[in-house]
Amino acid sequence: MSDTKTAASGPDVRGTLVRASGNTNVQLGAICILVLVAMTAMRPTMFLSSYNFESMAFFMPELGILAIAMMIAMLTGGIDLSIIGVANLAGITAGTVFGWVAGEAGAGSLGVAPVVLGVGIGLLVGVLAGLINGLLISGLRITPILATLGTGQVFIGLCLVLTGGPAIVGFPDPWTWLGNGKIAAIPVPLILFVIVCIGLSLLLSRTSFGLRLKLIGTNPKASLFAGIERGRMIVWSYMLTGGLAAMAGILLSARTNAAKSDYGASYLLQAVLIAVLGGTNPAGGRGNVLGVALAVISLTLLSSGFQMMRVSNHLIDFVWGAFLIVVIALNSLRRGRGK
Amino acid sequence: MRLFHNADVLIALILVVAMVFIGLVNPAFWQMANLFSLLKANVVIGLMALGVLLVMISGGIDVSFPAFAVAGMYIVVRGMVELEYDGVVIPFLVATLIGALLGLVNAGIIHKFNMIPLIVTLGTASVVRGLVLGGIGTSNVNINQMPDALIAFGRTDVLTLERANGTTFGLTAMILVYIAAALVIHLLLTRTMIGRSVYAYGADAEAAKRVGFNTGRTMIFVYCTAGALAGFAGLLHSSMIWLANPRDFVGLELDVIAAVVLGGASIFGGRGSVLGTVMGVFILVMIQNSLILMGIDTTWQRVVVGGMLIVAVAITALRDRRALV
Amino acid sequence: MASPPLIELRGISKRFGGVRALDDVSMSLAPAEIHCLAGENGSGKSTLIKIISGVYQPDGGEILIDGEVVDKLDPAASIARGVQVIYQDLSLFPTLTVVENLFLNTYLRERRRGVDWGRGRKMAKEVLKRLDVSLDLDASVETLSAAGRQIVAIARAVLADARLIIMDEPTTALTGREVARMFRIVRDLQAQGIAILFVSHKMREMLEISERLTVFRNGRKVAEGPIAEFDERKITRAMTGRDLNTGRFVAPELSPGTTPRLELKRVGIGKDVRDISFEILPGEVVGLSGRIGAGRTTLAKAIFGLGQEVTGDILVDGKPYRPTSVTEAIEAGIAYVPEDRLSEGLFLSRSIQDNAISAALDGYAPHLWIDRKRARDETRAMFDDMQISAPGPDVPVSTLSGGNQQRVVIGRWLMTDARVLILNGPTVGVDVGSKEQIHSIIHGLTRDKGLAVIMISDDLPELAANCNRVLTMADGRLTGELTGDALTEDALETALSAETEGEPA
Repeated sequence: MSDTKTAASGPDVRGTLVRASGNTNVQLGAICILVLVAMTAMRPTMFLSSYNFESMAFFMPELGILAIAMMIAMLTGGIDLSIIGVANLAGITAGTVFGWVAGEAGAGSLGVAPVVLGVGIGLLVGVLAGLINGLLISGLRITPILATLGTGQVFIGLCLVLTGGPAIVGFPDPWTWLGNGKIAAIPVPLILFVIVCIGLSLLLSRTSFGLRLKLIGTNPKASLFAGIERGRMIVWSYMLTGGLAAMAGILLSARTNAAKSDYGASYLLQAVLIAVLGGTNPAGGRGNVLGVALAVISLTLLSSGFQMMRVSNHLIDFVWGAFLIVVIALNSLRRGRGK
Repeated sequence: MRLFHNADVLIALILVVAMVFIGLVNPAFWQMANLFSLLKANVVIGLMALGVLLVMISGGIDVSFPAFAVAGMYIVVRGMVELEYDGVVIPFLVATLIGALLGLVNAGIIHKFNMIPLIVTLGTASVVRGLVLGGIGTSNVNINQMPDALIAFGRTDVLTLERANGTTFGLTAMILVYIAAALVIHLLLTRTMIGRSVYAYGADAEAAKRVGFNTGRTMIFVYCTAGALAGFAGLLHSSMIWLANPRDFVGLELDVIAAVVLGGASIFGGRGSVLGTVMGVFILVMIQNSLILMGIDTTWQRVVVGGMLIVAVAITALRDRRALV
Repeated sequence: MASPPLIELRGISKRFGGVRALDDVSMSLAPAEIHCLAGENGSGKSTLIKIISGVYQPDGGEILIDGEVVDKLDPAASIARGVQVIYQDLSLFPTLTVVENLFLNTYLRERRRGVDWGRGRKMAKEVLKRLDVSLDLDASVETLSAAGRQIVAIARAVLADARLIIMDEPTTALTGREVARMFRIVRDLQAQGIAILFVSHKMREMLEISERLTVFRNGRKVAEGPIAEFDERKITRAMTGRDLNTGRFVAPELSPGTTPRLELKRVGIGKDVRDISFEILPGEVVGLSGRIGAGRTTLAKAIFGLGQEVTGDILVDGKPYRPTSVTEAIEAGIAYVPEDRLSEGLFLSRSIQDNAISAALDGYAPHLWIDRKRARDETRAMFDDMQISAPGPDVPVSTLSGGNQQRVVIGRWLMTDARVLILNGPTVGVDVGSKEQIHSIIHGLTRDKGLAVIMISDDLPELAANCNRVLTMADGRLTGELTGDALTEDALETALSAETEGEPA
């Protein structure tokens, strides 16, 4: 490449980058408010009811955590299509373990200690699943798409093997509290989501781990020359993705008091959409937790509004898909102008 | 060309070894009825795999074709029921056309915005499924409502044999449709410039543009053909099972992609053959259908398919890496 | 001359944003002429190629082909007039066979729909015969050597009825022997009436092969004429705009017995590099010179932990060191500034600070947490040391000029405790003023921090003026050393051309 090119694109690039990073979140915030206002205008009493907000606060965290997991995989230029499989496997493994521990008495009667164990097992399943993904991607150099497509099927397959098909129902009370309980009138999942957001935001922006992931995604070759151990970082990032997916799975099974191999199948697309909408570059190098959090909030508001207007669930799928395409098209146009 | 041949020979070898192994575990595998039903199970997946092969040679990936297949199938069958139309040729043409048009949307978005095919096709799949279920309907069209001509077409046999007990079984004529489609795609890929442009694009998209290929046309060819094959296969599927289910083909993308990768197509583009893909489809279907024959519980099916995909991509990744050095 | 020039450019200008890439450039190419276009990176060579091949439209001036003014030259029109460009990356299809790579172009040009493999094979055979080379027609291109690929690219251009073949830095990946073979092919092409435009910054090669030479600097034509009028000095002066640097770098006197910063004892790397022994003392700047393919970069990368199968012993400050990974190399105090700044050195969209601390992250984040204050303070200190001009540490590196970018790449290693600094092409693509500053910064570092520097460069005047010692390499071995008064540009040139002549053609 020549000097000329760099210099020529200089001012434009700078402007675009500043605008792109600062503005995406502002835009998202604006979208949130816009959706809120629009929905309120259409169905003031229903939409603004505390019940509506509360129900959103219970199911949004699962999706939000999955989207953050997806964002982390995308930071290094990868993708994780196995997150739904991992999420369900975590819930089902924990449920299966509860079944064994409780025996005849039924899992519903179990106390806090087994549930802590169950959470530990669930998260461990996620981290191990991520380890497998990471090793396939960095060790065998399989493209992330195909590796996680394959492992996703294996994980869902294991769910089927463990359950034999039907859902596992009847989780212990402390477990369902994770998905339905409240602390000082604030839903537990929301609290967990906020903790995850803050924790990961710090991890990505303030630690060497986060910076390394972004550097790898920005320029893999240069990261080699800077002594960044790409393979190891990729394994770590998929383990983190797997752990977060497992956490989402735990919240899902806790909220619904059930776990099944094909729960949350539509979440995959939504997680990709939210990650991309939140300013994550699927080619790697760029992504932030605040953006993803704002994206999940605006989409949850939108979706709840649709439901109130009695739009069919299927049309909501249509809207999500169309939204995803429009967002990446806009991003692509914006990048094109920066060139 | 030699490399391609080598890959095909290797796949053929795997195929033979797998057949011998399954036959040893359970000799019932070799019964004609079983082989016929295996071939029948190849048709729909195989047709879709031919489309995915094109996409993978071009260096992309497509997860939208099952949705397109549903669109082709369900729109046409519901239309036939509503209009009380009975026939074969026009419905298949329409289903193919629906698939091709949807493929055109994929091609347009991918080419125009230079976007990652996976994310685009994830999006279009969701859009199309949402439209079909939300806009057209969610209920199955059952055998008693299905147009008679479609059912009759789907149950045509090309060869009928008699069992010892007097009952008969046949080899579906749809296998001829599949073979014809495979032949056409093979000729397109090897004997035409548009076919070679797919390989060139997958090998190095930038270079393809520089030497003067119209890469937009290549993308349209790839995704429209893939969509057309999916639409056609969708309707064929419903005429073979006498049922049109708008929620059908969920998760089928994995089986088909696994088959194409098993058939030696490169995960990085620029490599792949119809013969290899046909064999890859056969291996996949055979192993899936033989799990019961081998005494393995069917709940393991997805684990096996996922595992096969991982092993196949790992092997091709190793091969392609070696070739790059 | 009776016949009109094949291509004539009159007063061509081209700007990108606020930058003038080409400014009122005129030049002409005669049929069957071997012409060389020289200039440093960023001098406008690439822009000119793209204008001749129709990729860019000039903002001003006119293009004449065969004496006729061409109104709007687009890529198709350029190809139709017989212009073929072989880019540095060759634009071949790695997974396809040699035959197919050869005939695809022709079929495209003939607007064919079908593929006649038999005819394609015949064409491929004929063109390879015409070039007097043999290649396995059914091998896929990815399995060929760099030279083999180069031949496929040339053959493809010839098949497309080229009258002018433009070759962009064609010798970069070739060994001396392969360069000789390629030059033979080029002369054959000339005999068959094809003109060649070489784009290069390698002076020796230009002098060897071309008949006429045009030199660009900062988007302007600064010299033109028959090759006989030029020598290396004159070309360098034209390319860089500065007179030959007669200065000389003298390493500090050290007491005898000082432990070398870096010591290599009979080091070998795979099959490419053998039996390398030398030592570098603190404060020394040692040049490493040799043709492309001599093994300089292989050796440098191996010391930095990026080689396979290193044999022999390496010592850093007297301590044995085994280069197995970049991380260990950095820990041992080795630093490496790669050849290709943009693709290997920088994280373009990230901030200067992120780039600066990228190689020393463990130091700034011993417990995962980045010490942001220290990172910022030390980045600012590095700014001053490297004299970087930028609004602040938070602007993306992509907004900096080439010279400032290179300072970030070098400065990054000041943030580690580097003791041996390997510079591979330290001032490639850097403007003249910046170049001298970078040299003086490097000298300052050796003086103040006792760094030992290895400088790899094709720019002989740069080596002669900035090193206290230069080691020459050929065919993977050390062939000599120039030091003190013996270290002159002429001596370097003689040493290198001796190697070339010694090689079988």
